[in-house]
Amino acid sequence: MASGKKEVLYALYNDETELFAAIRAAKAKHLDIMDVFTPFPVHGLDPIMEFEESRLHIVGFVFGALGTLTAFLSMSWIFTRDWPIIFGGKPYWSVPAFIPITFELTVLFCAIGMVVSFYTVCGLGPGVTNETLDDRITDDKFCLAFSTNGKSDGEVSDLKSFLNSTKPFEVNAKTLSK
Amino acid sequence: MSAPVSTIREPLITGHKTYHQITEDLIGPTEKTPPLSWVIALICCVALLSVMAFSLAWTFWHGIGAWNLNRTIGWGYDITNFVWWIGIGHAGTLISAILLLFRQKWRTGVNRAAEAMTIFAVMCAGIFPATHTGRPWFDFFMFPYPNTRGPLWVNFNSPLLWDIFAISTYFTVSLLFWYTGLVPDFATVRDRATGLRRKVYNALSFGWTGSAKHWQRWESLSLILAGIATPLVLSVHTIVSFDFATSVIPGWHTTIFPPYFVAGAIFSGFAMVQTLMLMTRKILKLQDYITLAHIESMNKVILLTGTLVGSAYLTELFVAWYSGYVYEQFAFLNRAAGPYWWSYFGMMFCNLVIPQIFWWKKMRRNLWVTFLMSIFINIGMWFERYVIIATTLARDYLPSSWSYYAPSWVEIGIFAGSMGLFGTLYLIFCRVAPVVAVAEIKHILKTGGDQYVGENAVHHHGPDGHDDHGGHDHGHDAPKKVETGGGTSGSSGIAPLSSNSTATSSSSKTTTSFKGTTDSSKDTTSKLDLDSPVASGAAIIGATGAVANTGSTSTSSTGSLEDDLKKVEGIGPKIEELLKAAGIKTFAKLSETDVASIKEILVAAGPRFASKVPGTWPKQAGLAAAGKWDELKKWQDELDGGK
Repeated sequence: MASGKKEVLYALYNDETELFAAIRAAKAKHLDIMDVFTPFPVHGLDPIMEFEESRLHIVGFVFGALGTLTAFLSMSWIFTRDWPIIFGGKPYWSVPAFIPITFELTVLFCAIGMVVSFYTVCGLGPGVTNETLDDRITDDKFCLAFSTNGKSDGEVSDLKSFLNSTKPFEVNAKTLSK
Repeated sequence: MSAPVSTIREPLITGHKTYHQITEDLIGPTEKTPPLSWVIALICCVALLSVMAFSLAWTFWHGIGAWNLNRTIGWGYDITNFVWWIGIGHAGTLISAILLLFRQKWRTGVNRAAEAMTIFAVMCAGIFPATHTGRPWFDFFMFPYPNTRGPLWVNFNSPLLWDIFAISTYFTVSLLFWYTGLVPDFATVRDRATGLRRKVYNALSFGWTGSAKHWQRWESLSLILAGIATPLVLSVHTIVSFDFATSVIPGWHTTIFPPYFVAGAIFSGFAMVQTLMLMTRKILKLQDYITLAHIESMNKVILLTGTLVGSAYLTELFVAWYSGYVYEQFAFLNRAAGPYWWSYFGMMFCNLVIPQIFWWKKMRRNLWVTFLMSIFINIGMWFERYVIIATTLARDYLPSSWSYYAPSWVEIGIFAGSMGLFGTLYLIFCRVAPVVAVAEIKHILKTGGDQYVGENAVHHHGPDGHDDHGGHDHGHDAPKKVETGGGTSGSSGIAPLSSNSTATSSSSKTTTSFKGTTDSSKDTTSKLDLDSPVASGAAIIGATGAVANTGSTSTSSTGSLEDDLKKVEGIGPKIEELLKAAGIKTFAKLSETDVASIKEILVAAGPRFASKVPGTWPKQAGLAAAGKWDELKKWQDELDGGK
């Protein structure tokens, strides 16, 4: 962001049901919700927020398939081309014996790939500090946030009175540094 | 919201918790000075750990000859302990992965600790094969990598190599799963902390914000990790059993080994979870989150897997006889009647016979029986591995090379020390991270909390909004403001909760604050938003919650209701019974009763109660009745047994 500042107006609610009602009201008024923060995964929020389904499972599949291929092709190449050895009179390319390691590497690649992708797309990870709106969001408050960047005072006060009408616990304004 | 909960399901969270109270209870132990018992336990564990360090140093200095292994018995304590620890390490992923897929909500009470236990147990297990190589600094030879020896590769057809892949994958995936679950909870710890502590937990929390989209991805990730960890956990012990089953040793060369080992691993893992959780819940006072229902569920799993293992023992015996193969028959006869008979009968007794006590519900719910059984099973499962390894190897095909094996002090030192390592890591974990998954407990509150389900649930009494706040006044309640359209009909039924919960919330730290308006006086007969089934279900639950939270503090609307008088320091379950029998059923009533009449009730009940000093009880009850829980808690911390 050019200015490097993000002005936010947000309401805190005591219960997820109040949050749901507020989000619905905001959607009905076609207000542009910046984000919603909750202390735990609230079921039923995704359809109201009109979120698309997460595509992490596709990432998982791709990485898993990569693991399968890596393991199976490496073992096949090593035991048929690079250094063929006969173990116990078995064929060089003894496919059943490759299954356990192929399976393990499928799982390993899938897990690491998905976890790394998750943190990357969420903008989280070791050494990351994200400024939060309110310390109580990770405790017991449910937060509905609107960006007020570039909004006139009139618009902001309209938004404020809208939020006050949704029976919040509190309505606050905060400026985030990025 | 989740599917409706059956009325016969026991609540998974007791004590009428609110979201904030859950945070307080579960994060609290990481913020307080550790109790003396923790310090003593840590000292003991570190002492044991140093025994291991010494024994390992001795092993490396003198070579593997310091162990009592001999030419006949090439595997002794080392592999016994390895399999034992790996088996223990199976419960964590079972609880977090398989029970997640089966939607077993009780997993949330124990999954965090069980997963931690898994990781620590796998670390302990790894020590044994790593040192058994004799020169652990060359252990990287076991991994395939382009090298200067040919290139000579590892043998991908060997179960021992499969084991390396299986266990390193299992460790990595368990660690990722566990840590991803911890990230939101570390954020909760971070947001309660200041100074350096906040910086540390900020780093641990990876910058978690609680954004709805992040939660959606987080749930998706957890589900898929559970999906892949489920076959993984089964594969790990299957492959461990291949170490034996693919050999041509009588007694090992059996196709029953994979399922038998997996069942045994789950069996021993749950036993270790019981051992640890019974102590943890007591010391950290987590009885409201790890309830008797949790313990009973785990005992049912123990009974099932123990019986599976027992059937495998008997099947092995039958097949040995039925095979008509004398070497196989001898192997099993030797186990029961040979020089290691004590180990065999120890195994049969601990794993097959005594777990049958769990057919009785009373035993499944008895803490002492459970604890004792968990210790027996840990011992029994160790015997099982010892029987399979040492007994089988001691009498091989050639009688002239028969031998006997007993561990040297070095081997015992490493084994004892591995328990020290396990204990040290677990104790540190208890201090650093919430032992129970905070976000996941909050997630199941409305389907598992005892104010919503079970016999203590507080039901919706119809239009009761008008007197929810009759008795007391919250400072936070702003003057009422008339609702201006907006279509927020769903929220009107929930208004009471908002004003009630403010009593427990800390004040805002943020800069500008516009107080919200709460609707506290008008009729709140629930007008539900019916256009969305999801939301209306949630609103009903929410409305019930509102009643539940106020139910304990108001007497006028729910006069028939009984309060949990045990919340008053000095009152236990027995005295509560006495008071309730005398008609004192609520906090309000107790606060109105004078000390002398309470004393009279106690004296009348006999000498056991006569010595109690009820001086502060009415005052404490007064605070409880007014909903001033924070104040009460602060006061109780200063009180000594309610005196």
